[in-house]
Amino acid sequence: MAKITLSKLRHSYMANPASPDDYALKQIDLDWSDGGAYALLGPSGCGKSTLLNIISGLLMPSEGQVLFDDRDVTAFPPDQRNIAQVFQFPVIYDTMTVFDNLAFPLRNRGVDEARVAERVTEIATMLEVTDMLGTKAAGLSPDNKQKISMGRGLVRDDVNVVMFDEPLTVIDPHLKWKLRSKLKELHQKLRATMIYVTHDQTEALTFADQVVVMQDGEIVQIGTPVELFERPAHTFVGHFIGSPGMNVLAAEMRDGGAFLNGHHIALDGAVTAQEGAPQIGIRPEFVQISDTGLPATVRKVADIGRHSVVEAMVGDTAIKAITEGTAPQQGAAVHLQFQQNQTRLYRDGWLATEGRPT
Amino acid sequence: MRTQNNKAWFFVLPVLLLVAFNALIPMMTVVNYSVQETFGNNVFFWEGLRWFEELLNSDRFHAALGRQFLFTGLILLIEVPLGIIIALSMPRKGPWVPVCLVLMALPMLIPWNVVGAMWNIFTLPDIGLLGYLMNTTLGIEYDMTQSPFAAWATIITMDVWHWTSLVVLLSYAGLVSIPDAYYQAAKIDGASPFKVFRYIQLPKMKQVLTIAILLRFMDSFNIYTEVFVLTGGGPGNSTTLLSIDLVKIALGQFDLGPAAAMSLIYFAITLLVSWLFYTLMTKDDAK
Repeated sequence: MAKITLSKLRHSYMANPASPDDYALKQIDLDWSDGGAYALLGPSGCGKSTLLNIISGLLMPSEGQVLFDDRDVTAFPPDQRNIAQVFQFPVIYDTMTVFDNLAFPLRNRGVDEARVAERVTEIATMLEVTDMLGTKAAGLSPDNKQKISMGRGLVRDDVNVVMFDEPLTVIDPHLKWKLRSKLKELHQKLRATMIYVTHDQTEALTFADQVVVMQDGEIVQIGTPVELFERPAHTFVGHFIGSPGMNVLAAEMRDGGAFLNGHHIALDGAVTAQEGAPQIGIRPEFVQISDTGLPATVRKVADIGRHSVVEAMVGDTAIKAITEGTAPQQGAAVHLQFQQNQTRLYRDGWLATEGRPT
Repeated sequence: MRTQNNKAWFFVLPVLLLVAFNALIPMMTVVNYSVQETFGNNVFFWEGLRWFEELLNSDRFHAALGRQFLFTGLILLIEVPLGIIIALSMPRKGPWVPVCLVLMALPMLIPWNVVGAMWNIFTLPDIGLLGYLMNTTLGIEYDMTQSPFAAWATIITMDVWHWTSLVVLLSYAGLVSIPDAYYQAAKIDGASPFKVFRYIQLPKMKQVLTIAILLRFMDSFNIYTEVFVLTGGGPGNSTTLLSIDLVKIALGQFDLGPAAAMSLIYFAITLLVSWLFYTLMTKDDAK
């Protein structure tokens, strides 16, 4: 196990990158502490797989360093870094049995057979694949294949970090949940540093203690799932996390207050930045439909089971609200109230109100 | 519940007719010849299984069959490993890929009799490039019309030159279909290049290799034109493969009955070996 430090990391797939847009990764400085469960969350193409491949050594960064326990490993090939990686599509060695698959990384490193058998049995028990050890790996179902490829990563006890690159993509929805909780359980048992790459917020938030949100090759926010939900540092995080995402509403600043369509909106905490286009950010969960407040007209109501998503128009601006119980009819005139301690101001996309000490 | 829908027969019928006219009916005429004797003028005498018995007991047939298996065995032993090695060393990405592919495909585009004629001229001891080089420059005696060894070396080399590409292209297709993740996982697992070949590349190439070996077996077992143009079956009978012997009997001696019997046995062997090989190779996949 090790602490992983990324220092001034930049990467471009072009030979001579000129502008910042040529970089798939723009300056990443990050510490992953030993034994942590991290998720790397971002839309497709945001650079998260690039970052993962740089940590595993499959890719050499254009600039910057990768340190394992303060030792520079930037130039090391993957097999010398003692890392494990689970890929999007299960990689298994078709002609081998499940046992041989799990034993492969150990045997390649010359571990003696007694120890190999011991470790394989141990990992197989944890993954609940003991009854399959003797069968050919080729005939397994996708979720079992993915378990085996996870097992190959976990079988070495000296592994520095286990990385998962969207490992549940090809798994059936009802098995995703099982496999995800298995993974969480393994993390608690093995205490290995784990980095989980995904574009699925549910996967990221259930797996990780710390979520790293990326966009366009940059880290936008690092935080616990609660922090990301309650205080998105950027409107992108607000949008990306949550279902539906945060309401981001163009606002007007005057007389030291924020106004939406001529109505004053009370913010949480003092405004910290005076420059840039102002926007009010509030999650649909914290918008209430009541008798007083911002007058609006209901445009759309979507019943999504336990609650309804109401889309109401304030002037030309659509605001989403989540309501429990009976939702108003389409076309009805309603009033909206924003819960003040969850109403934030953003300027040019970045959070511009102070957080209240919690 | 099973519902009967006989409409399907109308869709199968055209294929059935086509197969009947281009395979079954011509073959039946061969079966017809194989049990009769003729002296021309469309007069036939019933002979039963005589031609089959004579053929199966004839040393001439045994020798030709032996040469045929030797030829096919040798070219498979050379072309399959060589094809795999070339496919492995070809680039997977980049501007050289189409260049390599075209270069590889070129020999296969040349008509068979042209290949035979090319190699015939190429190996002529006095004016052929290879023949002249061997005899005059290097001082190694090399004359296909005199030495059976030289004749065999030439037909094997010619076939390897003409058809290794097929194995290369099929293996290459199998190789490029392997996702990058497999190589990356192998790197992380610390696998040696040999293990990558043994546990990733070879298993992924198995199906295309089965097809490649099958095609090369059938083609080389039935080879006629190239060898006929190059050596005519000589010197002596040393390169008289089954097909060449068959044509000698059918057209040279005009023994239609024995030739027909030989055709059927020839066909049966090709079919049997192909079936056995394919069944064995795909046995695991069916499970």
